[in-house]
Amino acid sequence: MKFRTFLRHLREGAKNIFRNGWMTVASIGAVTTTLILVGVFLAIVLNLNEFAKNIESDVEIKVLVDLTTEDDDVIALGDQLRQLDGVENVYFSSNDEELESLTTSLGEEGRAWELFEQDNPLNHAYVVKAETPQETEGIAEEIKELDHVYDVTFGQDIVDKLFEFNNYARIVGLVLVAALVLTAVFLISNTIKITIIARSTEISIQKLVGATNGFIRWPFFVEGLLLGLLGSIIPIAVVLFGYHYIAENLASQINISFVEILDFNPFAWYLSLGILLIGATIGVWGSVMSVRKFLKV
Amino acid sequence: MILMEDVYKTYPNGVAALNGINVDIKQGEFVYIVGHSGAGKSTFIKLIYREEKPTKGNIIINEIDLSKLKERKVPYLRREIGVVFQDFKLLPRLTVYENVAYALEVIEETPKGIRTRVMEVLEEVGLKNKARFLPAELSGGEQQRVSIARAIVNRPRIVIADEPTGNLDPETSWGIMKTFEEINDKGTTLIMATHSKEIVNTFKKRVIAIEDGVIVRDEQRGEYGYEV
Repeated sequence: MKFRTFLRHLREGAKNIFRNGWMTVASIGAVTTTLILVGVFLAIVLNLNEFAKNIESDVEIKVLVDLTTEDDDVIALGDQLRQLDGVENVYFSSNDEELESLTTSLGEEGRAWELFEQDNPLNHAYVVKAETPQETEGIAEEIKELDHVYDVTFGQDIVDKLFEFNNYARIVGLVLVAALVLTAVFLISNTIKITIIARSTEISIQKLVGATNGFIRWPFFVEGLLLGLLGSIIPIAVVLFGYHYIAENLASQINISFVEILDFNPFAWYLSLGILLIGATIGVWGSVMSVRKFLKV
Repeated sequence: MILMEDVYKTYPNGVAALNGINVDIKQGEFVYIVGHSGAGKSTFIKLIYREEKPTKGNIIINEIDLSKLKERKVPYLRREIGVVFQDFKLLPRLTVYENVAYALEVIEETPKGIRTRVMEVLEEVGLKNKARFLPAELSGGEQQRVSIARAIVNRPRIVIADEPTGNLDPETSWGIMKTFEEINDKGTTLIMATHSKEIVNTFKKRVIAIEDGVIVRDEQRGEYGYEV
């Protein structure tokens, strides 16, 4: 295609945006609504994913040692743990360290435990980390069989629940987004259909004087693309400002140490790019759908 | 040239418009297509510029076998054929100049080429001084001239006119016919469907009469042959 022709298509496509008035507004509105929801949903799911991944990789097995175990046996148990297949590292946490971390983690209420400093009732513990999260459960089972092991715990239940919730959220979100995307595509294709009907004489003349289908199709393609891109402006603003606000204010206020959201930069920018691409896709898809039927010669 | 061999056309609704047409029109001929409404004239014309496809039979236009013509090549066939309609089919928001230039724009002619050629054609149809007018500001005859200018602007080898004088008074029609003769004199094949007895009997040309989808008469320098 010649550059001059390309400019003509851009001009024609842009002209139609204005020519269709309220239909244009309705289409852009539909794209905007869709993309805001897509953006919010993506931000939540991606953060949940990251969160789950972090927790998963943090899963450690805590091995409580029998209270009656001799020191030598405690050390021997540590060696046994290190030799298990799939174990990445093992560190020892004495009963004093356990008490201290318990006291600290409970804050004010932990004070009560300070009474036990003289006569510590807690077990010595080994903290075992598996090479991959999937191996955690198997290793825990193996450890249970070893001598001098009082109990074995790990956070698998929580991780499973989180993943389950995450999957559920993802399915609900995807269905919702798919429905919205289809609505937006439908609205755009309708807007463009109206353009085409309004221009049917023009198109029939174009065909008559030998314009190729590609030539006729381009302006509509441009129109769809523009509708999609215009529709993504507000959602991108919402994502950028909203996410910035949450990252800056809310996250620090809530102050739950284990909840960490993805950094604004680059995450929000990637998300904006994603929204822009989805908007463009919706627009082009809508225009292609409506023009296809009309151009059958 | 236009060659049809045993051409049938039945529309999806079951109407049999053409029932075995055989015709051979040479380059540079001027041919009237006559017949009652519904006889198959319009279908005959639509087959030439590939608006419709035949149900059966062969059509060859400018050495191109239409049955073998790929869909995406149809626009290139159309560039060799100019079409003029009874209702002009001009774009109301565009000026005379723009309406004619339009046909060159869509085939991606250069701006300079468009300017030269459009003014040339407007002069040919006698509308050079009305280039900046909108179609609504012109008389019916002038509007038809604009559509003729658009039909010939990319120098087609064939011009097809479907009742071009149907909406015009006799005097204006005469002028249009003069223009068609001039176009034909330059070697362009001209095919014109008409209901006008006066025109056919005055400007004597080859006459092909279609009745019930078959050619019932094909005479050089023929008469209209129907009572109006």
